[in-house]
Amino acid sequence: MQIQLNGEPRDLAPDLTVAQLVDDLGLSGRRIAVERNEEIVPKSEHGATRLADGDRIEIVHAIGGG
Amino acid sequence: MTDFFQDQPLRIAGHAFTSRLLVGTGKYKDFDETADAIAASGAEVVTFAVRRTNLGQEDGPNLLDVVPPERFTLLPNTAGCYTAKDAVRTCKLARELLDGHKLVKLEVLGDDSTLYPNVVETLKAAEELIRDGFDVMVYTSDDPIVAQELERLGCCAIMPLGSLIGSGHGIQNPHNIRLIIEHANVPVLVDAGIGTASDAAMAMELGCDGVLMNSAIAHARQPVLMASAMKKAVEAGREAFLAGRMPRRQSADPSSPFAGRING
Repeated sequence: MQIQLNGEPRDLAPDLTVAQLVDDLGLSGRRIAVERNEEIVPKSEHGATRLADGDRIEIVHAIGGG
Repeated sequence: MTDFFQDQPLRIAGHAFTSRLLVGTGKYKDFDETADAIAASGAEVVTFAVRRTNLGQEDGPNLLDVVPPERFTLLPNTAGCYTAKDAVRTCKLARELLDGHKLVKLEVLGDDSTLYPNVVETLKAAEELIRDGFDVMVYTSDDPIVAQELERLGCCAIMPLGSLIGSGHGIQNPHNIRLIIEHANVPVLVDAGIGTASDAAMAMELGCDGVLMNSAIAHARQPVLMASAMKKAVEAGREAFLAGRMPRRQSADPSSPFAGRING
């Protein structure tokens, strides 16, 4: 299946969870937040949330700003 | 503050702060300089931005390691948002990022070249965020009526610009800042436009409850030294405001007595 990840297309194995995606990206344990189709996916639900074809996923973090 | 005088803390949405200087974390050379400047500023409230994580890059240090949420009150901003919708999404991401943190700095911008606030979208976003339980410190224009409307919606601090973001032009319309302060029942902070220490002191002498700045420190030739200067300027301006300035006079008034002059 294909999703949009931070605005870029990305091919993934079917039935991947948000937690697995975050882990595959090497972001486990990092301070990040995940949004799926413009809705927050709380950390407590990363393991139970399965991605679907066409999902738009945003993964964000804190950077310097004023 | 001096030891014979104890100021009231700056209270925002249930938080109490000793420092009335709030600082950003953008535009620094590196995280060491960021940390040193924040330490020198004495700031307790620190703003940051929310951006897409760079995927597939080396694990660098994280900003939240430099300004840990356990030590600072973090103030996520919505910089770069041009619509209420994007600003609301950004605040929700920030709340998730900081485990339920409710305090945000709302800014909805009008265009790239002025970064002037779009007050129509700002009002819309403020209303939605407050309904959703956020504590909203709001960046706005120096229009006193808009400021009152934002307060009526429930914003916990009103933050008019002194001049354009990153311009360093200081406070262009001190009369409007005064008008906003006179009518406000929530803290008023000048956010944007501060260029140097005297600008920060002026904001506080006008009666502002605090000042928020980033570029004035980060783009100084010596950011850490400027951070220290800003700390003193905000304290000096605050004390001068509370002390009450002398009346202005049209004619001179000697400080030394006339009586007893040797040529009398």
